[in-house]
Formats: sequence, structure tokens, C-alpha cells
Amino acid sequence: MAHFTKATSVHDWLNQRLAIDTLQRVLSKEYWIPKNINFLWAMGMVLAFTFGILLVSGIFLLMYYQPHVDTAFDSVNFTIMREVEFGWLWRHVHAVAASVVFLIIYIHMLTGIYYGSYKKGREMIWISGMLLFVAFSAEAFSGYMLPWGQMSYWAGMVITNLFSLGSLEFNGLVEWIRGDYVPGQAFLDRFFMLHVLLIPLAILGLIGLHFGALRIPHVNNQDGEEFDFDEEAAKYKAGKKKESKVIAFANDFLSKDMFVVSIYLIFFFYLVFWHFGFAMDPINFDPADGLKTPPHIYPEWYFLWSYEILRPFPKDPGLVAFGIAQVIFFLLPWLDRSPNAVPASRRGLFFFWFWAMVIDLIVLTAMGKLPPQGIYSTIGLYAAGFFFLLWIILPFITKSEKRV
Amino acid sequence: MKEFKILAVVIFFTLVTYWLVEPFAHSQMHAHVESEGFSYDDLPPLEKTGDATRGQDLVMGAGGCIGCHSIESAGFPAAMDAVTNSASYGVNPPDLSNAGGIYEPKFLAALIKNPTQALMVEHKFTPESGKMHPMIAFYGAGGDIDQEVADMVAYLQSIAPKPDQITPAQAFETACGRCHSVKYENWTQIGEKPVFKKKRDELVFLTQLEDYNANLMGYMGKLPPDLSMYIRSRGEHYLSTFIENPQNLLHGTAMPRVGVSKDGAEKVLEYLVEAGDPKHAERDSVGVKVMIFLLVFAAASYLWKKEIWKDLH
Repeated sequence: MAHFTKATSVHDWLNQRLAIDTLQRVLSKEYWIPKNINFLWAMGMVLAFTFGILLVSGIFLLMYYQPHVDTAFDSVNFTIMREVEFGWLWRHVHAVAASVVFLIIYIHMLTGIYYGSYKKGREMIWISGMLLFVAFSAEAFSGYMLPWGQMSYWAGMVITNLFSLGSLEFNGLVEWIRGDYVPGQAFLDRFFMLHVLLIPLAILGLIGLHFGALRIPHVNNQDGEEFDFDEEAAKYKAGKKKESKVIAFANDFLSKDMFVVSIYLIFFFYLVFWHFGFAMDPINFDPADGLKTPPHIYPEWYFLWSYEILRPFPKDPGLVAFGIAQVIFFLLPWLDRSPNAVPASRRGLFFFWFWAMVIDLIVLTAMGKLPPQGIYSTIGLYAAGFFFLLWIILPFITKSEKRV
Repeated sequence: MKEFKILAVVIFFTLVTYWLVEPFAHSQMHAHVESEGFSYDDLPPLEKTGDATRGQDLVMGAGGCIGCHSIESAGFPAAMDAVTNSASYGVNPPDLSNAGGIYEPKFLAALIKNPTQALMVEHKFTPESGKMHPMIAFYGAGGDIDQEVADMVAYLQSIAPKPDQITPAQAFETACGRCHSVKYENWTQIGEKPVFKKKRDELVFLTQLEDYNANLMGYMGKLPPDLSMYIRSRGEHYLSTFIENPQNLLHGTAMPRVGVSKDGAEKVLEYLVEAGDPKHAERDSVGVKVMIFLLVFAAASYLWKKEIWKDLH
């Protein structure tokens, strides 16, 4: 056992037992961040903050929510919204955060793609981030089931039907997932468990992995500049802060993070108090009715692009396309064969590839919501085809890229 | 400055996406129906000036109104309870005490002369279907029928409370509450559900409600939906235009045109807002306070950042 001396203060007492000085040094004071990064690098902190908001508001909702097909709808819309003091606030905070978290995830992902932050040694950051995206998607879908509204029910029906795997007609698998022939009590019970326990645990673990993956390669910077972190850190520690290309996470970068977070919170709470409706589909305020199909069934906005990759094709090819779309972003570090980890603006053709991808994703998102008729289904089909074309040409245009 | 440019790009693409999946997509999915201002232009205008005293004689006598309707405020209670009434007519005929204050006079006149036309349920009560509308048209008491109808409307207006004395709950109950429940306001089709001391009394009430709703279901084709959350699931504009003319938004529906005046419609909507969104005032007042806090927080964090970064640049 280590040698313990009589503590001179609470700090000293804790330091002898938990090494808090060392922890603080490694995690904040000497965790080096490049100086030349813009506010887009604060999206990680914004996401961590939003996840915290989701966790806390979710715990409050959990105190009153009842996972039963007969009472779930009223426990949310009556008990939480009317009976519980400030229940409406927790509910709106939770719903808005669930939607906004995807906006920030997409900004965070596209930032990574634009600056090439998935390349050369940073593959694990990218993969753990994509795993987080998948986990958040599952978390969002399972949470969407819980109020047991019309869209919850029918989205549950449509999404679980995908597991019949098209012409393979694995209907037994669908029923096994649902625990019933249609979404019912067994379905609600298991999605409740997934939403409040299993997936949040996975997310917490993945956040740990994502942070850990940053440690060795360090975060990229907005000029794609490569420098020796140890050398720059030595300059910083010698007091030459202005010359050093790195800064400490705390309080240097943290102060910028917090400023970005504060601006974000203004936007976030504006939505909570005066525009919460954007995050809540009106159809979900009708209780689930298995005998009445809504005229339009569509997922939440953040799934629309991948839904539109499924929809315009015939059954089997559509399912294959959908499956590929779910995993293709994982392969980005290998499909991009360029040696450069610099901003897209300095990478020639890749610059056009990036913006074409952004616009295609937006077009797919819009078409995924619109009724699949006439011109909208034609645009949807071409946009889905274009999505795959972009992935096919990516290795070729990046292979020909010159080293900068 | 570069950061502002990046922020502008992020905001631009966010807003484009938002516009496409919200306002634009919804405009393509749902036909937009304009309000007609509750003017009921398809109904004949009310040209005669009515006399309430003569109207009273007609309502009580030749008009035959109190054969089915109660007028509590004039001392005519209902002859039968709601459940028995619904067994006879399909739905409980409304008490007429408030009718003159909630419904448009023109609509009341048209209703007396030709109920299926005023209610826009002619598609349901066709001669071929053999179904008769439970309310029988008034064919006149021997004089000028338009004058007689005007007199009856004048009487109903004279006994009704002034529009500003009618509460949202009263407007809702008369106009909608005999077919629709609002369980979040404890409202059922046969009235407000009391607090029962004994389970037995509650079961008696629930049995009556079941019987009433079974009759109503037979009359309407399905049980009309509970409206607790309709302000959230449909929104004010949809509900307002739907109340004005259900056929515009749900062609062929069994729901009759309600015929409320503009003021009556506003009261009904006010009731539905309180049922489905009772915390709207609290939301506004808490929201302003949170915003003030966040602005101070943002200013403080900006100053902190400036203080720290002056050593770094």
C-alpha cells in the first residue's frame, strides 16, 4: 500500500487517495488542443451538453411515464403535461433535445468530412463516432415509440417490417422482434427497456471510446497542419503561449467551448419555449390506433434521407440500398484514398464531392417527407441513385489527388 | 470573421432543410382551407326582423321545439334523460337556453326551415337511404314562414345570455359536447363526470355513458373522437375551419356543420386550448426569464473567453 501522511487539507486528503492533481493535469491542464480551430470543434462539447440535458430530463420523465399500452399516452399528455409541475418543461426539453442532437451530430459529422478529420491515424475517432450515430439513432427510434401515439405505432410497424428482409419473408423474425403480430404490450416493454437502459449504457461506453480515441492522434485543425504536439506543449509550458501552436483544454479551449455552448443554449431554449412543435409530429398527439392508418407515414426528419434511399426502389433492391446507406459512412476512411488531411477547399475535386453530398442529403431529406407521387418520386429516385454514384467515384477522385 | 462566414453557411443549410421538411412538405401534404369568417354565405340571409314575444308562442306551441328540446333557462327541463333521448334520436337534442348566444342567427333560421341543409348532412339523410334526420323541418304555422322563423330566432336570442357572459365551457358543451368527450377536462358526452364516493355509483354512471355512446355510434357510424389533444394534433387553424365547415376538410364526414358564430367558435377554441395546452401562459413567462438568464450567461462566458485568450494570441 502507498504511504499516506496526515492530510493538510481536504484537497490533500483526496489527492493522496484519488490522485486528483494528476487526473486534472492529464484530463484538462495538459490535454493539448490545436490553437487554430474554429467553433465547429466545439460541437463535441455541445453534443456532450445536449446528451446531459437528455439524460437529466429523461430521468424526470421516467418518474411519471407508464410503459403500458393503455396508459402510456395519457401518462405523457395528461400526467406529465398537466398534473406534474413543470412536467411540460421536461417533456419539451427532452423532445427538442432529441431532435436538435441530430442537427448537431450532422454538423459534427460533416465538419469531420470537410476537414478530413477521419484520415491517417484518426480512423478510430471516425468509427467510434459513427457507432455513436447508430446508437443515437436506435435511442431516438425507441424513444419515439414510448408516447404510444399514432406515428409511434405506425413507425414501429413500418420499421420492424424491414426485418422481414424483403422477398425472404422472414416474418417469424419480425414477430420475434415485436413479441406479437403487431406492435403491442410486449413491443412497448422491450423498447422501454432499450430506451432507458441498454442503449444509454452503450452510448455512455461509446462516448468514453470516442474521447479515448482522440488521445493519441489529437484533434485535427482547420488548416490541416501537422505539428509535433510534444514540442509545442513544451513551448506552452515554458510560458511562450503566444508562440505555441497548442493550448490547454482547460481553461483555454473550455472558455471558447462554453461561449459556443451559451449561444447554442439561447437557440435551444428559444425552441423549447416558443417552437417546440417542430420536434413533435402532430399525428403523434392522436393515440395509437391499429385500425386507422395515417394518410402519410414518415420518420422524424433526421432519418428521412435514409428512408428515401429505401423508398424509390423496388422492395429487394431498396432494402439492399438502405442497408448499404446505413454502413457506407463507416468506410469513409478507406474509400477516401487521398493522403491529405486538409480542408476540402484545398483538395480539388473532393471539394465538389463534399458539397454535392451535402446537397444530395438535403434533397433526399426533403423527398423522404413528401408524398411519393409524381415529380417527387422521380427526384427521390435520382437523388438516391446519385448518392451511390458519389460513393462509387469517391476512391477514384481521391486517388488522383495530389499531395499538398 | 471567418467564423461568422462558417456560421452563416451552417445556418443557411439548416434553414433550407427546415423549410423543406416543415412548411413546404406540410403545404404539399395537406390542402390549405381558408376561413370564410363564419359568414355562411350559402345560407339565405335573414331579412325579417323578429318579434321575441311571438317567437315564444311559436317555440312553445306550433313550432313544436319543446317536444324534443329542453330550455332550462325558461323553465322547461328535459322530459327524458340523455340516454333515453339518444335511444330515440341517436343523440341528445341540445338544450336551447344558450343557442341564441352561440350560433349564428342566419344558421338558426336555416336550421329551423331545413335542418339537413343547414347542418350539411344531406349526403347522409337521402331519400334512398330511408334515413330521416331526427330534427323535423318547420313548415310554418299558417302565416309568413320567414317572419315566423325570424320571430323564433329573436326569442332564442332574447333568452340567451349575452355573448360575453357565455363561458368557453358552455359554448363547447352546447356546440360539441353531446358527441365529443374531452377526458382531460373530465367531460363526457353525458356531462361532467362527478367524483363518486362509491364504486357502485361510478359504475352506474359509466354504464349510462356506455349506453349513450352505443346509441351515438349507431347514429354517427363511429364514436366521435375525444378532443383532449386536438389542439396539438390538428392546430387552431385546422380546428377553426373544420368547425366552420367539416365537409371542406373531411369530405363525406357524418359530422354536421356546427353553425357557431365567430365569437362562439373562438370560445370553443379557447376551451380546446385550455384542454390540450393549459400551460401556455406559464411557458411564456418562464421562457422570458430563462432567456434573460441565458443572455447574461452568454455575456459572462464571452468575457471569460476574452480574458483567457488575450494571453494566447
